[in-house]
Amino acid sequence: MIELGLSLLRGVPATLIVTGGAFLLGALAGVPLVLMRRSHLRLLQYPARFYIAVVRGIPPIVWLFVIFFGLGSGILVLTSLQAAVIAMGLVSAAYLAEIYRGGFLALPGGQGEAAKALGMSRLDSLRYILAPQVLRVSVPAMATFLVSLLKDTTVASTIGVRDVMMYASQKAQSGGGSFTPFILAALLYILLTIPVAVLSRRMDERLRTRSQA
Amino acid sequence: MSETLSNWIDWLPQLVQGLLVSLQLTGLALLIGLPLGLLLALLSASKTTWLRRAAIVAVEIGRGAPALVVLQMVYYGLPASGLTVSAFASGAIALGLTTGAYTSEILRAGLNAVPKREVEAGFALGMTYPDIMRFVVIPQGILFAVPALMGFAILIFQATALTFTIAIPELLARAYRVGAATYLYLDVLILAGLLYLAVTIPFGWLVSYTERRMSSHLG
Repeated sequence: MIELGLSLLRGVPATLIVTGGAFLLGALAGVPLVLMRRSHLRLLQYPARFYIAVVRGIPPIVWLFVIFFGLGSGILVLTSLQAAVIAMGLVSAAYLAEIYRGGFLALPGGQGEAAKALGMSRLDSLRYILAPQVLRVSVPAMATFLVSLLKDTTVASTIGVRDVMMYASQKAQSGGGSFTPFILAALLYILLTIPVAVLSRRMDERLRTRSQA
Repeated sequence: MSETLSNWIDWLPQLVQGLLVSLQLTGLALLIGLPLGLLLALLSASKTTWLRRAAIVAVEIGRGAPALVVLQMVYYGLPASGLTVSAFASGAIALGLTTGAYTSEILRAGLNAVPKREVEAGFALGMTYPDIMRFVVIPQGILFAVPALMGFAILIFQATALTFTIAIPELLARAYRVGAATYLYLDVLILAGLLYLAVTIPFGWLVSYTERRMSSHLG
């Protein structure tokens, strides 16, 4: 049992790299995406709408295969870890853009108008007035997304990323199949989500008090 | 381009076969998962402490464990414990368990949305508590939960792609097989993606239509 647990722990770095890398990529790429989505120019708005709808309408594992096998067969050869980070990151961008959009909608309309009335440029108003507040209200939803992303990264094992899932199913197959490796893996994934929940609550509290000060 | 198109036409019948398997799995997962979700929702509001705690723990584990872990646990675990089930059955059971855990939270929110005064009115009319639940709270609670449940159905439909890993011949598995045989992974995966979209996008419209209809009707 202890030996089994230790062998699953060897998958933790890969799980964290895919989750963290994809989240970072998604959080950054989500910014231009939400700005395009909110633009009044159709040339910008429609591609963003299309991207968000198409990405969210197809299972993440299909995107993973598109990047790894599809592009991998000649166009862009990636390691399985790189492919997993990129595929999950591109999927995350669509979900995070929608979360940011929710944040923009939650802001009172007067904020942008007040900035305009003070003579701030649109970029300054976004940079100093809107963006910080959007980020603040988005924190809880982003944390929820991060938790579900951590669980979704299990699909990376199907293209050979040596994550927790991969070690669990290897152990199960070599051990003639049993519940134990998967029960331990499930507990490990749940354990990994706890710091995210704690951190997000603390960040939320801090940002809340700062916004009141 | 025309070559891709003619390939797509060749592959379409088998991929549509796969799509039908994905849809069947979705239906079975919901058939198993929704009653389970209702049971867990009712138990997590139970007055008996140990029942309530057990239900809450079950829901937290079911939601916390990745769907792929649950899937492989059922697939490799059931045979090891002496039960012989087909890959298709273990896929349906595993997705059903995940559905149960997630929908219990949705249904619990729906049941909580039924005004308390309706329960009180039931008591005033001399109804027993089980009757109030059965005729007043549960039907309305389920109705409140319908749009969110439909949204969840899209997610579980997408999750059927995970059963690729246990060799169920659903859409992704068939696309992968074509890809491996022709080495035209990108072309066939794009077609598979379009077929997923052909289900998720119209169904997504139906979800927002239902949301709008229900909010104007109930709100």
